[in-house]
Amino acid sequence: MAYSKKLLDHYENPRNIGSLDKNDDGVGTGLVGAPACGDVMKLQIKVGEDGIIEDAKFKTFGCGSAIASSSLITEWVKGKSIDDAAEIKNSEIAQHLALPPVKIHCSVLAEDAIKAAVSDYKVKQGAGEKKIKAAE
Amino acid sequence: MERIVYLDHNASAPIRPQSAEAMASACALTGNASSVHRYGRLVRQAVEDAREEVAAMVGASPAGIVFTSGGTEANNLAIRGAGRLRVLVSAVEHPSVLRAGADLEIVPVDDDGVIDLQALASLLEDETGPALVSLMLANNETGVVQPVAAAVEIAHRHGALVHCDAVQAAGKIPVDMMALGLDYLSLSAHKICGPAGTGALAVADGAPLAGVAFGGGQERGRRAGTENLPGIAGFGVAARLARTALEEFAGLARWRDGLERRILDLAPAVRIFGAASERLPNTSCFALPGMAGETQVMALDLAGVAVSAGSACSSGKIAISHVLEAMGVDKAMAVCAIRVSLGWTSTENDIETFIRTWTAVRATADAAVRAAAAA
Amino acid sequence: MGKNTNKGGNGAAKPRWNKNSPLYLDYQATTPTDPRVVEAMAPYWTEKFGNPHSRNHHFGWEAEEAVAKARAQVASLIGANAKEVIFTSGATESNNLALKGVGLFYKEKKNHIITCLTEHKCVLDTCRHLEQDGFEVTYLPVRKNGLIDLRDLQAAFTESTSLVSIMGVNNEIGVIQPLKEIGALCRQRKIFFHTDCAQAIGKIPLDVEDMNIDLMSISGHKTYGPMGIGALYVRRRPRVRLVAMINGGGQERGMRSGTLPSPLCVGLGAACAIAEKEMGAETERLRLLRDRFYEAITRRLTEVYLNGDLEHRIPGNLNFSFAFVEGEGLMMGVKELAVSSGSACTSASLEPSYVLRALGVDVELAHTSLRIGFGRFTSMEDVDFAVERIAGEVERLREMSPLWEMAQEGIDLKSIEWADH
Repeated sequence: MAYSKKLLDHYENPRNIGSLDKNDDGVGTGLVGAPACGDVMKLQIKVGEDGIIEDAKFKTFGCGSAIASSSLITEWVKGKSIDDAAEIKNSEIAQHLALPPVKIHCSVLAEDAIKAAVSDYKVKQGAGEKKIKAAE
Repeated sequence: MERIVYLDHNASAPIRPQSAEAMASACALTGNASSVHRYGRLVRQAVEDAREEVAAMVGASPAGIVFTSGGTEANNLAIRGAGRLRVLVSAVEHPSVLRAGADLEIVPVDDDGVIDLQALASLLEDETGPALVSLMLANNETGVVQPVAAAVEIAHRHGALVHCDAVQAAGKIPVDMMALGLDYLSLSAHKICGPAGTGALAVADGAPLAGVAFGGGQERGRRAGTENLPGIAGFGVAARLARTALEEFAGLARWRDGLERRILDLAPAVRIFGAASERLPNTSCFALPGMAGETQVMALDLAGVAVSAGSACSSGKIAISHVLEAMGVDKAMAVCAIRVSLGWTSTENDIETFIRTWTAVRATADAAVRAAAAA
Repeated sequence: MGKNTNKGGNGAAKPRWNKNSPLYLDYQATTPTDPRVVEAMAPYWTEKFGNPHSRNHHFGWEAEEAVAKARAQVASLIGANAKEVIFTSGATESNNLALKGVGLFYKEKKNHIITCLTEHKCVLDTCRHLEQDGFEVTYLPVRKNGLIDLRDLQAAFTESTSLVSIMGVNNEIGVIQPLKEIGALCRQRKIFFHTDCAQAIGKIPLDVEDMNIDLMSISGHKTYGPMGIGALYVRRRPRVRLVAMINGGGQERGMRSGTLPSPLCVGLGAACAIAEKEMGAETERLRLLRDRFYEAITRRLTEVYLNGDLEHRIPGNLNFSFAFVEGEGLMMGVKELAVSSGSACTSASLEPSYVLRALGVDVELAHTSLRIGFGRFTSMEDVDFAVERIAGEVERLREMSPLWEMAQEGIDLKSIEWADH
């Protein structure tokens, strides 16, 4: 079970560690996982008025694959629109980092985290709610 | 040490230096194959490499190799792990097969030590439940090679699984588990010039095997216990060397046959067991009536020649060989049997030494008999 | 590669350990074979290669003699008679043989076995199989410190109890069970006492007479001996009988068939002889290392919890929970160290340790545990290096941990409704 170079690089030199002000209306926060399961990921995005993600930060409690997955996704979402960001699939992350089968759930967590952050942002903007109502 | 001529390779074959070296380097590698840190992974890799070598030696699939502590454990694991109600074994099997279960059904052998296939077929026709047939590839005492492929054909026709104890055959004659159609095959490292304390059971794809020792789930749950890395590494190297040395090993038959011819010339009353059958190229089991095997072996040892009387596994008990008994050899003859088994350290000179020493031993025994008669 | 000798500790600033040659601190998974053991075995691999059961010639006798000496060396370390020691392929086999062998032999009269929740996997797994075969098994709980409560043991005894199996030293947390007290209680009730001493042998004084032990499992590779060999002590008076698991040539008094690997027996014997001679001094040396580690790490970091009792513990083991830092992630970070999170047998799976759970450690904290095992070739410099690396990595990972951040902000993590993942 040797890890890929890319995974090790993200684990050893994680990008975008840190926190954004969660009370800022332009910041969406996703907190997924549970300490009892051994993984918790907090992913935050700062979204510009044009709906483009300007900044992303993360903090993760978990194994090396979980840390690398979250580091990678913060890199990927920057510069993307929130809708495009929410479209990122866990399989892309798993493939990029060459995650071993027992670690696929780490990439799922990262996908969940970005979706949760986007949804939080939308709720804050009131957009989320309106959309849900419209759909109903 | 050079003075002693070792002609007991079927009891234990001297380890090949390359195998000993592999063990030594494995000893320097500290790690538990189940650990996830670097050392653990290195050990895991070494175990997997050895698994491939062992599989290649006998035409098995690497995934089917279960490492054990030796041939005895492998035989026990197969016979119990197959989970069949009926177990049929030949009368000349190793004790580790004969005693691996209660109520084993014994298939007789003929005077040449070969299994009676007719008897096997008729036993299998009694359809009283799914069976396992256990038949050795080559006998440890006589070297007689069994018609395993034919037995497999019969067994499979009756829905039986087949286990083959190839402990003595591996490394001595070509063994191809898949070609033979075997479901299980047992191996021992120290019989193929590898280290003592390691063996394997090769399991064919799809053959059932319930684990017998329970614990950490090693060997895919089929055999618990931390893998014996140095032993397994040494086994792997021995397997590779055995595969390439088969031709050389076959050449031992020339020396063995020469030895038997000369013994017969010296003492026409000598009986060579299994001589009419296909035998391992290195093994000769013979008796000279009136000269106890035990006495011969002792006298030979004093003169620096190591051979054995009967099987080494009978823990020092002087018992009649069950193998010879099954071949219909009478007791008086059977107690006179000795086994000479050659191997990779043997030289032509060893044969000379044996003949010279045996002749002297016989002369002394004869003199003693004459003196006793005269007194 | 993988050589862990304490030679070359020149005190230079540059650490000797790196990710390609990490410092070995996993002595409970396996131990390096002591060079003296390797040396003792060497001739038996090569020129003295005889089958110890060949009774008729020099090679056989030579091997048989060596095996007899090894048997005596093993026996001496535990205060037993050499005749009571049988060789096996390792502690897993010994444990299987003791539990199933004794259990099955007495099954008609007594079919109840008592063991403990924190036993090694192979004991628990064997007990589960025995349950399927109609045995009743009581799994004793442990207290917060990892030790069983003798009152629980007494309460568990029934008329049909045939065997009690309690380990000497736990493989994950290194705690020492009260063997002498357990032995006395069992003897009083005429119940056989088996103890898995794979982790205890050579680490703590063991005496089968004084402790009233009837069966004891021993491992070679956990005590600087070779892999592939172990032993089972089986008491002769009062006699313990068992059903053999491996049948064949009837070696080892019929209890365990199979050609004995004489070099491995010699190695186990040599390992026991070395342990007997050096245990006292070595225990003291390791205690100093352990205390230094413990003090340094707890001085440097907050929210570090020791799992298991500190006093009733072998000095070569520490098991910490580094709160808010996941153990596997930590292990990956300290790549210059070979340590373990959870036991080696289960560390390939993602479940938190069942041993820590049995101690009542929160599942959250169980995920943050790291086992550090010291031993014969660990030096003071090694300890300082390990503390520095682990503390540094814990600090780095805490900076990265959302849980640490929340705790710093005073949020009670238990108050949060975590989504099941």
